[in-house]
Amino acid sequence: MRRFIDRASRYVVLLAASISFLILFAIAFFIIARGLPAIQEIGLVEFVTGTVWRPGQGQYGILPMIVGSVAATFGSLILAIPMGLGCAILLAEIAGRRARRFLRPVVELLVGIPSVVYGLVGMVLLVPLVRNLGGNGYSVLAASIVLMAMILPTITSISEDAIRAVPRAYREASLAMGATQWQTIRHVLLPAARSGIGASIVLGMGRAVGETMAMIMVIGNSIKFPTSPLDSARTLTGNIALEINYASGLHEDALFATGIILLVFIIILNTISFFALRRSRAQNIA
Amino acid sequence: MRKVFAKWSTGILSLVALAIALTGCGGALSGTITESGSTTVQPLAEKLAAAFTEENPDVEIIVQGGGSGQGFKDAVDGISDIGALSRELKTEEAGQVVKHVIARDGIAIVVHPSTTVSNLTKEQVRDIFAGNITNWNEVGGPNQEIVVISREEGSGTRGAFEEMVMEGDLITTEALFYNSNGALKTAVAGAPYSIGFLSFGYLDSSVKALSINGTPATVENAKSGVYPIVRPLLFVTKSEPEGLVKEFIDFCLSEEGQAIVEEEGYLSVT
Amino acid sequence: MPRISPKTSERLAKILLWGAGFLTVLILAAIVIYVLVNGVSEINWEFLTTPPIGGLSGEGGISTIIVTTVYLILITIFILTPVGIGAAIYLSEYAQDNILTNFIRYAVETLAGVPSIIYGLFGYALFVSALYLGHSLIAGALTLVCLLLPTMIRTTEEALRAVPQEYREASLALGATRWQTIWHVALPAALPGIATAIILSTGRVIEETACLYVTLGGSAAMPRSILSGGRTLALHVYYLAMDTMAFDKAMATAAVLIIIIVIINLFTNWLSQRFRSAYTAMEEGRP
Repeated sequence: MRRFIDRASRYVVLLAASISFLILFAIAFFIIARGLPAIQEIGLVEFVTGTVWRPGQGQYGILPMIVGSVAATFGSLILAIPMGLGCAILLAEIAGRRARRFLRPVVELLVGIPSVVYGLVGMVLLVPLVRNLGGNGYSVLAASIVLMAMILPTITSISEDAIRAVPRAYREASLAMGATQWQTIRHVLLPAARSGIGASIVLGMGRAVGETMAMIMVIGNSIKFPTSPLDSARTLTGNIALEINYASGLHEDALFATGIILLVFIIILNTISFFALRRSRAQNIA
Repeated sequence: MRKVFAKWSTGILSLVALAIALTGCGGALSGTITESGSTTVQPLAEKLAAAFTEENPDVEIIVQGGGSGQGFKDAVDGISDIGALSRELKTEEAGQVVKHVIARDGIAIVVHPSTTVSNLTKEQVRDIFAGNITNWNEVGGPNQEIVVISREEGSGTRGAFEEMVMEGDLITTEALFYNSNGALKTAVAGAPYSIGFLSFGYLDSSVKALSINGTPATVENAKSGVYPIVRPLLFVTKSEPEGLVKEFIDFCLSEEGQAIVEEEGYLSVT
Repeated sequence: MPRISPKTSERLAKILLWGAGFLTVLILAAIVIYVLVNGVSEINWEFLTTPPIGGLSGEGGISTIIVTTVYLILITIFILTPVGIGAAIYLSEYAQDNILTNFIRYAVETLAGVPSIIYGLFGYALFVSALYLGHSLIAGALTLVCLLLPTMIRTTEEALRAVPQEYREASLALGATRWQTIWHVALPAALPGIATAIILSTGRVIEETACLYVTLGGSAAMPRSILSGGRTLALHVYYLAMDTMAFDKAMATAAVLIIIIVIINLFTNWLSQRFRSAYTAMEEGRP
């Protein structure tokens, strides 16, 4: 009996593992099975480089949305990298225990705030503020600021881990050679932690590219190329969420195809961060 | 432990008793109807459902949004008993479902309440939405850029608007896009110098409805046919409705149902 | 270019770093305080216990929304936990370290980064359409299970790996089977970590919007079965803000959300501290 349970349980957990693994394939399968025919029908080049999205007229170009996603993400990175990295160095090296005790939960809480709350605050508070700068307020700038708040904790906490993981001996050697603390951070710790910091930025990018509801709420969703940060735009994610309930036929399939493009972006980013993190772990062990 | 269990079991027993008592009285009808689709029809459907379930407490009617395209799809796929559309069926859709016109609805051209312009011609509306007119001073307003706000591709309200106003011209891609009547109203109410189109049922003081060709956007004008932008609101079923679904649709078309239609700011069909 | 002395740059850098930390706190404070100040005044017993009017109106409370959220959490966790723990046990206790295991680990990692809306698209195609579940609690819950599984597996696996190998060896040496060792030794020792994983998943269910936006329907009514549609608190915030302009009610609901998230955060912190101390006790207890 004991042996039987022992053997059976092995298969039960194997089943659980297989189910989980199957889900990966199912996701890829369903998105691709629905999206690929659309890409074939529209033509990959036409789909990715087309500048006009008018499903009613049979025009399916998602370049404006790709640009919209990239612009909002890029903007958020410009804002979040200096702050997040600064915060990480502060937490890992400079802040005393008391300051850290206060700052760390703050950063953790930022991760947990639902994106829709960021969207709500963005809509009520940020969009009217941006409107004062010109345009109608629903803009790439508003989206970038909202995204910044969302990816800041990711960049901060992973970079902090990476800096903290640099072996003690590096610091001590540098300080012993007469370097100041900042020189040590800049010339020893940051280079040593660069894989982990890079991974944190890439993960933040992934989160920014994938954000949906908050984007719909503040970016305006127009289907044009944004020419300034005050212009409205649409993200790939927003395109899917806004139209999926209204679409049928080729239009619906084209939204799954939009999902494929988004998935490709994410897989590239994840692969980079996966190997960067692994490298950073390996470095620190060595 | 035992005491807790006893407490729980009495609680559950009394709940069961209550449930039996509740099913004992009430009307003869029972069961569940699902309705989904147009966000234009949604508030009306919710009101109709509430009135119907008040008379028949054992009936549950689940009302969901999703949009006209979704309503049609759900009805055909059997996901919903009733699909709601806020536009006429397209020719390729017509053969697949049975349609029931439960009401008619005007589409108002709405602007931010601070806008000084209060009348536009249909041609001006078309030019604004096509992106040919981009400044309010071209139509008698201040020197301010017009913020065009539109519904998504596939929206019934947009479909009807395109058919009756745009007449072949395309809505500019510079427009902001939102995917429900409510979201469009929120955007217009929030952005100065904006313009959008909205179901009559959603009109309130947060936005200003423009007169079209000098005709104010009112239910009376829409009913008499003077107001030019009016479309039907449909319930569609996969096949000829039976049983509970038939009872509900009949209720919507009854005097009582149509009174609710008028109350909610739509046009009755009787 | 004049050379800045190390001392000056040291001072400058520290000012900037503290500035970054300060700004981060400021942003959080701005968001949280803004929502709480605008929201909390609306929260009272009536708001929590009356149903929303729904549809065009943003009026009413959030009772049905709370019930829907709780249902969704229960269904999701009920399905998620056995599958997630099972897969984690397989990966940490049975799987050999080979290319396939590495690939699975990479896949799990990748899945954890896939955006919510892609899961939504998948759930919409599979559960809502292909399996005819419609926009419903069960379709939403299954979509959430897919979304949360990678994190659940990873966190549980980490918790299992943190259990010292000597424990297992001791148990096996006493003649226990592998499964008995897992069931009576490894799992109990990893329990705080697993509990953390479950609570974190609960938090994610509460936070999630995009994948539920396309699978849950959005009805404001009280759900009657797992085939009823509904909306969670986070979705309710979206619908209130976008569709009804009831920004005051949206703020109130958002305030409820933030309060729940803070409680969950405090709880997981407490748990992981306990886990850490239990673990150090284990370490110290070693001869």
